[in-house]
Amino acid sequence: MKLRTHYPYYFVLGALVLYVVFYVIPAISGIAYSFTDWNSFTTDVNFVGLDNFATIFSSSGNYLHYIGNTLVFTSATILLKTVLGLGLALLLNEAVKRFVNVYRALIFLPAILPTLGVALIFGSILNPAEGLLNVFFRSIGLDVLAKGWLVDPHLALLSVVGVDTWKGVGYIMVILLAGLQTIPKEYYEAAEVDGALARAKLVYITLPLMMPTIIVVTVLNVLYGLRVFDIVYVLTHGGPGYVTEVLSTAIFREFSQGRYGLGTALSTVLFLIMIFVGYFVIRLLNSEPVEQ
Amino acid sequence: MKTNPFQRFGAHSIAIIACLIMIIPIYLIVVNSFKSSVQSSSMGVDLPTEFHLENFTAVIDKGKLVQSFFNSVLYATASTILGTFFAAMAAFVLSRHRSRLNQVVYFFIIMGIALPMNYFTLTKVMQITHLIDTKLGIIILYAATQIPFGVFLIYSFVGSIPREIDEAAIIDGCGPVALFVQIFLPLAAPVLATTGILSFLGAWNEFLLPLYYLNNSANWPMTLSVYNFFGQYQASWNLVSADILLTILPVVVLYIFTQRFILSGLTTGAVKG
Repeated sequence: MKLRTHYPYYFVLGALVLYVVFYVIPAISGIAYSFTDWNSFTTDVNFVGLDNFATIFSSSGNYLHYIGNTLVFTSATILLKTVLGLGLALLLNEAVKRFVNVYRALIFLPAILPTLGVALIFGSILNPAEGLLNVFFRSIGLDVLAKGWLVDPHLALLSVVGVDTWKGVGYIMVILLAGLQTIPKEYYEAAEVDGALARAKLVYITLPLMMPTIIVVTVLNVLYGLRVFDIVYVLTHGGPGYVTEVLSTAIFREFSQGRYGLGTALSTVLFLIMIFVGYFVIRLLNSEPVEQ
Repeated sequence: MKTNPFQRFGAHSIAIIACLIMIIPIYLIVVNSFKSSVQSSSMGVDLPTEFHLENFTAVIDKGKLVQSFFNSVLYATASTILGTFFAAMAAFVLSRHRSRLNQVVYFFIIMGIALPMNYFTLTKVMQITHLIDTKLGIIILYAATQIPFGVFLIYSFVGSIPREIDEAAIIDGCGPVALFVQIFLPLAAPVLATTGILSFLGAWNEFLLPLYYLNNSANWPMTLSVYNFFGQYQASWNLVSADILLTILPVVVLYIFTQRFILSGLTTGAVKG
């Protein structure tokens, strides 16, 4: 059978053209523009060598701080979502027999909501004076816990991480739950016969067999965390000051202020980080599949 | 595994608390959207003392929501059809004909799952193609963002459809287009539904691309209108709640009816290679 006639190349064109024109060409030409002083005030674009990168990586500017925030946000959300997600997945898989589908559906629900709406409502819940969270803490006598969640510079980034975990933990739980369901019951039965306790079963059976799934959710969290925009932008606008500014919000700020060259250089930094990560993603996605 | 009633009670309690934490913000939006401006000012959990249905009409009027709602419907529907269709065509051929070149093209496309967009040079592309600040432009952009994950999802499904079906159709005289439209598309319906629903949700919730590329408020989708509305009326939480409720309602309804497809798509996408 002639594969080329029955599965013609032109079928790929639609997807390929959209992808190349709107993703790849901007990405590649963006690297070239990051060596220029391209801006919205003049039509001249001049080559400036590594100036933009020198600005980004100089200790006097804030940019290293934004990159740091991005990495903190990414690692903190990975940790929280994976630990809580695994805890909830184990709970639904082992301890609870009935209503599993109801619990799963409700815990997953925030993941499909628009981040914009979520961020607006949490802006109110985390309000220092009248927000529901502080009202709750005060009502049970824990006034010390009633903090200025989004306005205190020491807490703001953590609060954003918290809201993002609220939104994303259900998604991670669903994937981890699917992974848990692939572990054959016989392993646990054999371990029980040998007298293994719950902790031993977790450490010697569940966690090792869950590693591939845990790696996959980590990758998903990394890809999301490094690019995070909506939740930070709507909750804090990068503030107070610049303490919660991440790469994507900084890029948008450069864009709105017309400093295209510098913004493109920032995008290129993000691009290089993601390419590095992306290489591992592809390796993973095409490694041994975990059976459903 | 055996659990005693006390453990089961404890497990259910934790699960219920977890569910409550997930529901409370949504509950807040719902109850406050019916309150008077004064009662809603603290965004409390108390039920409305009187029902102010006019909050919704006020929001629809002031926020120009009718226009935005139809924009969102148009963007999400059109980009989903376009993106899913192109992704299906590509995934079908790339998976069935695994030549060396096609393998490279496949990896090249799914690399886009990790690739960040460059919004600066993308502006140039949008200007050159005359798509900037237009409805068509945003539809095409959304469709482009759906391609990599769509190709990835559908590609993994194509392998599960027996090749013999294709061969039988070809012997019966099916050309490539008929093979794709009449044989493949019906068989791939489950994965197309999953891809389509995920794309639709993604497009409906999209905030960043319109923020960059839609200046004209007549073209704004719901997300951007709500954000702008919040900027003007942040003191009136009853109106803001009504506004948010109208944005999340379609998504929640879609979720309730298509949960199976969403959950299966996310887990196949992530757990299976």
